[in-house]
Amino acid sequence: MSGQFEPKIAGFFCKWCTSAGADLAGTTRLKYPPNVIPVTMFCSSRVDPQYILQAFRDGADGVIIGGCHPGDCHYQAGNYKTMKRIILVKRLMQQMSIDEGRLRLEWISAAEGGKFARIIHEFTEEIRNLGPLQLAQAVAPGHGAKG
Amino acid sequence: MGKLIIDGIETEAAPSKTVLEVARELGIKIPTLCSHPSLPPYGSCRICVVEAIWKGRSKLHTACTFPAWEGEIRTDSEPVRRLRRNILELMLAEAPEAEDIRALAREFGVEQTRFPVREEKENKKCIMCGLCVRVCQDVVGFAAIGFENRGYRREIAAPFREPSDACTACGACSFVCPTGAIDRRLFAKVEPKPIPSEFDQGTTSRPCIYTPFPQAVPNKPVIDTRNCVYFKNGNCQVCAKVCVPRAVDYEQQDEVLEEEVGAIVVATGFDLFDMKTYGSYGLHRHPDVMSGLDFERLLSASGPTKGEVRRPSDGKVPKRVIFVKCAGSRDAEQGMPYCSKVCCMYSAKHAILYKHRVPDGEALVFYIDVRTAGKDFEEFYKRATDEGVNYVRGKVSKVFRRGDKMVVWGSDTISGRKLEVEADLVVLATAMVPDRSALELARMLKIQHNAHGFFTEAHPKLRPVETATAGFYLAGAAQGPKDIPETVAQASAAASKVLELFSRKELTHDPNVAAVDEDLCSGCGICVDVCPYKARELIERKDGKGWVIKVTEVLCEGCGACSAACPVGACQQANLKDKQIEQMARAGLQD
Repeated sequence: MSGQFEPKIAGFFCKWCTSAGADLAGTTRLKYPPNVIPVTMFCSSRVDPQYILQAFRDGADGVIIGGCHPGDCHYQAGNYKTMKRIILVKRLMQQMSIDEGRLRLEWISAAEGGKFARIIHEFTEEIRNLGPLQLAQAVAPGHGAKG
Repeated sequence: MGKLIIDGIETEAAPSKTVLEVARELGIKIPTLCSHPSLPPYGSCRICVVEAIWKGRSKLHTACTFPAWEGEIRTDSEPVRRLRRNILELMLAEAPEAEDIRALAREFGVEQTRFPVREEKENKKCIMCGLCVRVCQDVVGFAAIGFENRGYRREIAAPFREPSDACTACGACSFVCPTGAIDRRLFAKVEPKPIPSEFDQGTTSRPCIYTPFPQAVPNKPVIDTRNCVYFKNGNCQVCAKVCVPRAVDYEQQDEVLEEEVGAIVVATGFDLFDMKTYGSYGLHRHPDVMSGLDFERLLSASGPTKGEVRRPSDGKVPKRVIFVKCAGSRDAEQGMPYCSKVCCMYSAKHAILYKHRVPDGEALVFYIDVRTAGKDFEEFYKRATDEGVNYVRGKVSKVFRRGDKMVVWGSDTISGRKLEVEADLVVLATAMVPDRSALELARMLKIQHNAHGFFTEAHPKLRPVETATAGFYLAGAAQGPKDIPETVAQASAAASKVLELFSRKELTHDPNVAAVDEDLCSGCGICVDVCPYKARELIERKDGKGWVIKVTEVLCEGCGACSAACPVGACQQANLKDKQIEQMARAGLQD
């Protein structure tokens, strides 16, 4: 890699849909960037906002969360809870001067290996364009929401 | 109760029945024309006349209206035969073109009639028995036809001799007519709409009460309430009248049964690809282009032609049949990208069976590849070619009609030529797709499926009959295209997996259930609302100071929603604690 910025992205994927979709992308030998570090959860609703913020603190330039399509949740309605939660997390990120675009929620089913690869491509490019996350600067006093 | 003797056979007198009924119970044949089990006896045709010896006197009487009093009945004596011959001569004069009457007359030795034929009478098949009028009025309840004029000028007609709206072309009149004298077009404005038989792929029609298919389990008739006359206007009920054990019940309702089960085997099967994107193949547009399933019915002994191969358009025996394989399969652009797997073998079977039925016919198969991966499959394909089935390697681009032939444009990729072949019948090996209701079921059961809607097994090699969700198993074409032996094998495997599950003394559960750190729990109860399984409840602390959460571990499915919702970190999933997950992500993010 000749000096190009390689973002680090944390991925929290639900076991039933998005992780299975990732497996499908793998077994069908689809190519996608290696920038996402996937963590499989039982359900996207297991993603505590704390993990997202912690991931940013631990050096992630972006965080992607993958769940089942609305209506397809293995645990009845976990993905709806996630959907609501992510809106609040994004508001929190605003206050910390972290670009909202660094967090993405996607519905990827077990059948959508192609979509998984495409989304990972897209998101990696987006984060690459946003550049590295300067967290120290973002949350430093005098910056961000407090003003 | 006295004795009744019919043709020398002694029986109990039964005044509540007619002589005709008692004679039929005894197996004595009395000819009838105007009698129908759905209607009371009428005695208009007179052909059922018998000789009654009653109180010492002989008397000729119609059997259908004569009570089975004690006495003696002769159904075949000379006076009876003489009278029947006279009646038949009169009928021949009334209806000289009625074949059934001619045949009956011949049985009684009547070839000619001495009476003048009434030339001005329009319907020369009608014997004026009035059964049609009675059926229309009393059974169907429409009264769309009646008698007109009187005496010898009497005839059956619609009011003012014009087709009327009252007639729905139900066909009851022509169904009961003993001489085939009914011309429905004189009565009805509308064309009759036969109900297509679902099992015969719409190639034949079926009644409103029918057995779904010959091997149906249970093998019992059902009533099509959308078309049944009783459900439209409360009339008819013929099926209930003719059913001896009185099994027809119009009050029965569809029932939704709720059962508690320990496992579910999903075996929803397949549908055929709808071929909408293959307009150039002409399916549904030309009657002589059909799917493999249609052809299967055509070959079947219980099918629309009783197993004779006759094409739908004109009933001729097709002398050249072209089989088009991969119609919708292995075509990512217009159809499905996958191989439907069964078509190669059933096309070979169809071609062989066709050659057996029509030995001088020609069977031509267009194929991309012949895939015979199965026990004895290659040998079967070899048999087809040995028996004279021609295989052409190439795809078909267009099927269209020219005169009374179907023309198939295709290519022969081995000789590198374009082909134009005329055929009498074209059979498309249409692709298999999952049953159309399967996706709805997948959502309900929360089981995964692939992009085409086939259910996904838990592991393609090691757990091929289980789904990722515990307690759900797969069998058959719902999981992917497969033939009968494979389906049976998978279904047997699924059944034994279920038995294995049921025979365990204890059920195992994923260990990642939620737990509560009581020291941290503030008793806020947020997690109670979040839990989809009602596995959490607020209880009073033992010391009586405040509230704490109690988890019912068996109910917990381990989604972790509570853990993410807990504001103080008291709720933690076993083996998947917050710290563990954070560590996982951190480890991945480190350089």
